[in-house]
Amino acid sequence: MPGKVHVTTTINGESVEFLCEPRQTILEVLRDQLDLTGTKEGCSNGNCGACSILVDGEVIDSCLMMGVEAEGQEIITIEGVASADGLHPLQQKFLEHAALQCGICTPGFIVAAKALLDQESDPSEERIRLYLAGNLCRCTGYDKIVRAVQDAASEMAE
Amino acid sequence: MNAFDYEAPQSVDEAISLLSAGNGNVGILAGGTDLIAQLKEGRKIDLMLDLKQIPEATALSFDEDSGLSIGAATSCSKIYGYDVVQSRYPALVDCTSLIGSIQIQNRGTVGGNFCNASPAADTPPAVIVLGSTCRIAGPNGMREVAAEDFFTGPGQSVLQSGEFLVSIQVPTPAANSGAFFLRFIPRNEMDIAVANAAASVVLDSEKTTIQEARVAIGAVAPTPLLVADAGAALVGKAVDDEDAIEAACAASRAAARPISDMRGTIEQRIHLSGVLTRRAIQGAIQRAKES
Ligand SMILES: Cc1cc2nc3c(=O)[nH]c(=O)nc-3n(C[C@H](O)[C@H](O)[C@H](O)COP(=O)(O)OP(=O)(O)OC[C@H]3O[C@@H](n4cnc5c(N)ncnc54)[C@H](O)[C@@H]3O)c2cc1C
Ligand code: FES
Ligand code: FES
Repeated sequence: MPGKVHVTTTINGESVEFLCEPRQTILEVLRDQLDLTGTKEGCSNGNCGACSILVDGEVIDSCLMMGVEAEGQEIITIEGVASADGLHPLQQKFLEHAALQCGICTPGFIVAAKALLDQESDPSEERIRLYLAGNLCRCTGYDKIVRAVQDAASEMAE
Repeated sequence: MNAFDYEAPQSVDEAISLLSAGNGNVGILAGGTDLIAQLKEGRKIDLMLDLKQIPEATALSFDEDSGLSIGAATSCSKIYGYDVVQSRYPALVDCTSLIGSIQIQNRGTVGGNFCNASPAADTPPAVIVLGSTCRIAGPNGMREVAAEDFFTGPGQSVLQSGEFLVSIQVPTPAANSGAFFLRFIPRNEMDIAVANAAASVVLDSEKTTIQEARVAIGAVAPTPLLVADAGAALVGKAVDDEDAIEAACAASRAAARPISDMRGTIEQRIHLSGVLTRRAIQGAIQRAKES
C-alpha cells in the first residue's frame, strides 16, 4: 500500500499542509479533507467546470489534478474570492442578475470568470462565452451569467 | 482509482531510471487531462510519474537555427501564449487554442496529446505539416522520430516501455511560408473532431507559385496521416491553380480510411477530408502571402 504524501501549498493566501494518497484528486482533498466544499463535483471528467479552481492564477478543473501536484502552488478556490470588505463584484452581480438557480455550477463560473477578468478588463460577449465554454449550467440558459460577468467587468473597470 | 505511488523526477535521467526500475505499470503524467480521466475509468497503474519538474520537459524556447522546442509537458495555453508561436507558428495557435476548454488548455499538453495517440487528436496534423521531430528519451539515450512516424495505431505510438517523449522540435518556418489547421465539429467548442486537417506551403519569392507543400489529416484513419500525394499535387503549381488544389483534396479523400461512429459516418468523414484539406491549403497560402 503506497504511503501518504506530505504536501505544502498555499490556499486562498494561507500556507496549508496536508497528507494525501497519490490517488486523491485535489478536488477530493479540498472537499473531503480541508472542508472547502464550495468547489463542486459535477462530471468528474473535465467536462462541466463545476470544480474550477485557480492554480497560479490559471483556471483548471480540480477533478483532473492530483492532490500531490499542489506542492508549492498557489491555489484559489471559491472560498478565497470574496475579500474582508465583502463580496467580489462577480459574486454581487451574479446575485443582482439572478445568474443562478440551483447554484451547483456557480462557484465554477465565478472562479473561471475571475480568471478571465484578472487577465482582460473588457472582454467582448463572444470572448466571455468562449472563455466560459468549459463551464456547464443546467438551469439558467447562460444569458444571465454572461450579463453578470459583463456588468462585473464594467464595474471593476470604474 | 486504485492505489499507486507518485514521483516527480527532477531530470531526464532520473525519470528514465524510475521508468526502468521494475516499477510495474507506470502512468506518465503531463497535464493529466487524459490520464486522470482514464484512471477514474479503471486504468491501473503502480506509479504515477509526473514530468513537470523536468526542465527539458517544460521548456518552451525558440532559436533561429534550431527552431521551436516544445517541452512535452508544456501546457497548450503556455504554447499559444508564447509571442514567437503567435507571430511565427499560427498553425500551432489554431490547434492548441481549440483543445477542450480554457481549463483543459491550462493543463493539457501537446506531448500528452501525442502520447495518448487518439486518432482524432487535434495537435498532430499541424505539428506534422510543420516538419517537426519528436525527441524521445530511453535507457539507451535519446532518439528522434519524425512527427508523422510517431503514431502506430489508436492509442499506440513508437514509444517503447522505458521511454518517454521529452520534447517536440519544430523547424524555423521558411521565408514565404504559411501553415493552417482546422477541424470540423458540430458545435463551436468542447467537442472531439469529426475530422481535422492541416497544411503548410512554401511559396516562391513572388508568392505566386507553391514550392513545397505538406498536408495532414486526422480522425479519418487509425492514426493522423501525412498525405504525401496531396502535398505533391501542389508543388510547382500556381497558388490559384484550382485543379491542383482539387487534386490535393482528392488525394486526402483517397487516403482517408475512416470509421462510422456517433460523431460521423464514413461517407461524411471522407467528404470532410476533402473539404478541410481545401480550407487548410487556402489558409496556408493566405498566411504565406501575408508573411
Ligand atoms: C473535456 C475535455 C476536452 C478535450 N478536448 C480535446 C480536443 O478538443 N482535442 C484534443 O485533441 N483532445 C482533447 N482532449 C483530450 C486531452 O485534453 C488532450 O489529449 C491533451 O492534449 C492531453 O494532454 P495531457 O498533458 O493532459 O496528457 P496526460 O493525460 O498527462 O497524458 C496522456 C497520455 O499520454 C501519456 N504521456 C503523457 N506525456 C507523455 C510523455 N511525455 N511521454 C510518454 N507518455 C506520455 C500519459 O501516460 C497518458 O497515457 C480533451 C479532454 C477533456 C477532458
Ligand atoms: S467535476 Fe471537474 S469538470 Fe466536471
Ligand atoms: S444554476 Fe443550476 S446548473 Fe447552473
